[in-house]
Amino acid sequence: MQRRRRRLLWALAAASGVLMLAGLAAGGDGWSWAGFTQLLQGPDAGLIVGQIRAPRTLGAWLTGALLGLAGAVAQGLFRNPLADPFLLGSASGASLAVVAVLAAGTLGAQGLGPPAAGMLSRVGLVAAAFAGALGGVLLTLMLARGAQHTLRLLLAGVVVGVVLTAVSDLLTLAAPEALRGRQVFMLGSTGFLGWDSCLMLGSGLVLALPMAQRLSRTLDALVLGEDSARSLGLALPQLRLALICLLAAATGLAVSQAGLVAFVGLAAPHLVRRYAPGPHGYTLLASAAAGAVLLLAADVAARTLIAPQELPVGVLTAVFGGTYLLLLLNRQSPS
Amino acid sequence: MTAALRAQDLSVALGGTPVLHGVSVDLPPGWTAIIGPNGAGKSTLLRALAGLLPRQGGQVWLQGRPLDDWSVRERAQRIAWLAQQGQAQGDLTVRELVHLGRLPHLGLFGTPGPQDEHRVDAAMQATECADWQHRRLQQLSGGERQRCLLARVLAVGAPVLLLDEPTTHLDPPHQVAVVRLLQGLARQGTVASVLHDLPLALQADQVLLMRAGRVVACAAHDDPQLHAAICEVFEHAVRIQRVGGRYIALPHLD
Repeated sequence: MQRRRRRLLWALAAASGVLMLAGLAAGGDGWSWAGFTQLLQGPDAGLIVGQIRAPRTLGAWLTGALLGLAGAVAQGLFRNPLADPFLLGSASGASLAVVAVLAAGTLGAQGLGPPAAGMLSRVGLVAAAFAGALGGVLLTLMLARGAQHTLRLLLAGVVVGVVLTAVSDLLTLAAPEALRGRQVFMLGSTGFLGWDSCLMLGSGLVLALPMAQRLSRTLDALVLGEDSARSLGLALPQLRLALICLLAAATGLAVSQAGLVAFVGLAAPHLVRRYAPGPHGYTLLASAAAGAVLLLAADVAARTLIAPQELPVGVLTAVFGGTYLLLLLNRQSPS
Repeated sequence: MTAALRAQDLSVALGGTPVLHGVSVDLPPGWTAIIGPNGAGKSTLLRALAGLLPRQGGQVWLQGRPLDDWSVRERAQRIAWLAQQGQAQGDLTVRELVHLGRLPHLGLFGTPGPQDEHRVDAAMQATECADWQHRRLQQLSGGERQRCLLARVLAVGAPVLLLDEPTTHLDPPHQVAVVRLLQGLARQGTVASVLHDLPLALQADQVLLMRAGRVVACAAHDDPQLHAAICEVFEHAVRIQRVGGRYIALPHLD
C-alpha cells in the first residue's frame, strides 16, 4: 500500500512537470514544439511565455490544487464521497457577489444610490468573489447554528445555494449586462491568471495544505463516527469549524481567481482513493496534487483542442470529471 | 472498593424524551455486565458515563473527581468507549484504525513513538487482528471489523473501558475469546460492557440489570435475587441454571 501511495505521488509529480511544459508550449496555434522553440528565440518570448503562458499554467495548477484539497477536506469532513468544495454556499455566494459588482451601474440608476453603486464597482471582481464565497459559507454556518451537526450544515448549504442563486437571477434580470460576466464566471476560466494571481493562490496553498494536514487526524477519527471521535479527546466543534474555515478559504481563493471550475474538487479525491487509499494526511496531499494535474490538463486541452478558439476550462473539467466518475461507477457496480 | 466510575441520580433525555431516570451506579475495578431488554437505556447509560451526552441531572465521578472537572483529553486517556455497531468505513488499514486509539495521548500533532507502536501491536494481538493489519477495513467481515474496533479501544490503554456490545457479529470462538480478554482486563482495571447475550453476561463479576431507564438490580453474578430479577425483567422468557459451577441463561420454552 505504501508503495502504491508513493507511486501515485511520483506519477502526479511527473504529470505536473510534463503538463507545465505543455502549458508553456501550447498557444493560439495549438501544439507545435518547433513553433515554441522558435518563439523562445524571438523577441516576444518574455511577453508571451513569461507573462501570459507561464502564470496561466502555474495558476491553473495552483487553482486545481486548492480545489482538490478543498474537495478532500469536504469529503472527509462530511464522510460523503459526493461532497464537493462548493457544498456550503461558497459557489452561490461568489456568483452573487460577482453579479452585484457587474450590475453595479444599473443598480445605481435603479435606486441603490450612487455612493453604494460606486463602491460596488470599485471593488474588484476578484475581491468580491472571494468575499462572496466566504459570506456564503458564513451564512450557511449561521443558518446551521454552528458546525456541530453535519445534516443541518448540508441542508443549510442547500438553502443558501438556492436562495443566493435566486437573488443572482433577480439581479441579472434587472441588469442584463451582468449576464455575460456571470456566465464566464460560472463556466470557470484560467485565461485571466497572471503572476499576481499565482502569488495569491500559491500563498493560499502554502498556508492551507500544511494546516489541513495538521488537522487530518480529525478526519481519520471521524471515520469511527462523531461520538467515537469525541471519545478520543478531540474538541470536535472547534476542529470542524477550523476545517470548514480552511475549506471556505481554499475554495474562495480558487473561485475568486478562476470562477466556478466544476468537478475538480469532486473527482480528485476519488482518483486518489481509487489508486492509493490512505489516511487523510496522505489523501489531502495527493488530492491537491491530483486536482492540480486535472485542472492543468483541462487548461492545456482548453487552449489547444479547437485552437485558435478556446474552450471554457470549466466545461472540459465537467466533461472529464463526469466521464471519470461514470467509469468509476461502472467499475464498482456489481456485474 | 473505590469505584473507578460512579454515577449519582443520572438523568438523561434523548431528543426531549427522558431515557434515564435518576440512575445511580458504581463501577468498581472488575468486569460489570449491563443487561436489560431493548430500550432499557443501557447504551445511553454507557454514553452518559463516557461524558458523550449532556445530563439533565445528576453527576458522574471519574476516579473520585467530577467528570466535568477533567479536560476532554485527560478524560479520553482514562475512559475508552466502544460504540454500539461501531462504524468503520473509509480507507484506513486495520493498523491505521487501531492507531487512532493513541490519539488521546498523542493529540493531533504528536508523533508516535516506539511505546505507541508497542501498544498498537499488543492491542491487535489481544483481539487477534494482527495478521491482517495491512488490509483495509472495507475488505473485512463484520466480525473481523468488530475485533479491529475492539483493538482500537484497547490501544488507548485506559483504566476504564466502556464497551457497547463488544461481542456483536462475533462467532462463538471469538465471543469466548473476547470474554476471556475482558476477564483479563478486569483484573487490571474497570470494564463495563452492555451485552445482549445473557450466558456471557453471567460470567461478569457484577451484573447491572436495567429496565425502562432505571436500575432494577446490581449484584454479583451468582446472587439468587439477581437471577430472580432477570427472569422477571425478561418476562420469564429465560431461566437461569447452574451448570458445572457456572450460571447460564436458557430460553424458557416449556
